[in-house]
Amino acid sequence: MKTSLLLATAASTLALQSFAQLTTFDFEDPKGVNNVVFKLDAPLESINGTANGIKGSITGDPANPQKVEGKIIVETKSLKVSNALMQEHMLGPQWLDAEKNPEITFEVKEILNAKKDANSGTAQVKGIFTLKGISKEITAPAKVSYLPGRLADRSNGKMQGDLLVIRTNFQINRSDFGIKPGENLDKVSETIDISLSIAGAAPKK
Amino acid sequence: MKIVLRTALLIGIAGIAGFWFLSGANTGWTKTSVATIAVDPITEISYPVWQNQFVPGVDFLAAGVTILLIIFALSYLPFHKSSQKSYQ
Repeated sequence: MKTSLLLATAASTLALQSFAQLTTFDFEDPKGVNNVVFKLDAPLESINGTANGIKGSITGDPANPQKVEGKIIVETKSLKVSNALMQEHMLGPQWLDAEKNPEITFEVKEILNAKKDANSGTAQVKGIFTLKGISKEITAPAKVSYLPGRLADRSNGKMQGDLLVIRTNFQINRSDFGIKPGENLDKVSETIDISLSIAGAAPKK
Repeated sequence: MKIVLRTALLIGIAGIAGFWFLSGANTGWTKTSVATIAVDPITEISYPVWQNQFVPGVDFLAAGVTILLIIFALSYLPFHKSSQKSYQ
């Protein structure tokens, strides 16, 4: 009886400890630093743009990066290119249809090949990428930096907490997401290079 | 009068080409905003800062020069003055 009671206590303590180690990082950045860069290099035209309407959260244990879950959301209307007319076309019903598809999302499902070195590391992030209402499983290489206690520096001392910086580069094919498949390939390339650089904050209460 | 107009059109063509060249000779499409890159000192993330700025591209150059050349060419067409007079 005593043994089972001890085991139960130990198990619940371990469960509580592992629960306590989980940290949620919020990626909504009031400074507007978090950004996505996208590049399309077609034979007749090169298109570069950015997006900064990023929100979402990732929950995990910084000491055990294999177990991570969360979702990063990019507001479609925040996509910007250097030409106003081109931007209007890009967000219009012919291309991304931002009115009907207000969000581009990446939902983390699994972390593979995680390699940790002090407070930074690399991993392959497997997840579901959704664009224009179509979801596909993709795996992207990511670099992650954990900055314990640096939230205070970023918020001028207003908040205490940690920061998590994620950088990733990956490619998608626009035809996979129903964006004018096979059309205008001389001006709008099939392959889209995407770079994501985001910092999430975990304030301490 | 024709000589004055033709001279003005040639100056216009030179002006458009000069404006395009002095604005950076952008060989891409015309830009209505330009991004400069800043770096966040804490996270070291590079991020774009957009500013509204007109940078003429090859489309601006081609359209401007073509329109003025068409007007220049039209000035060489023989136009006859109407010999009819109106009487009240």
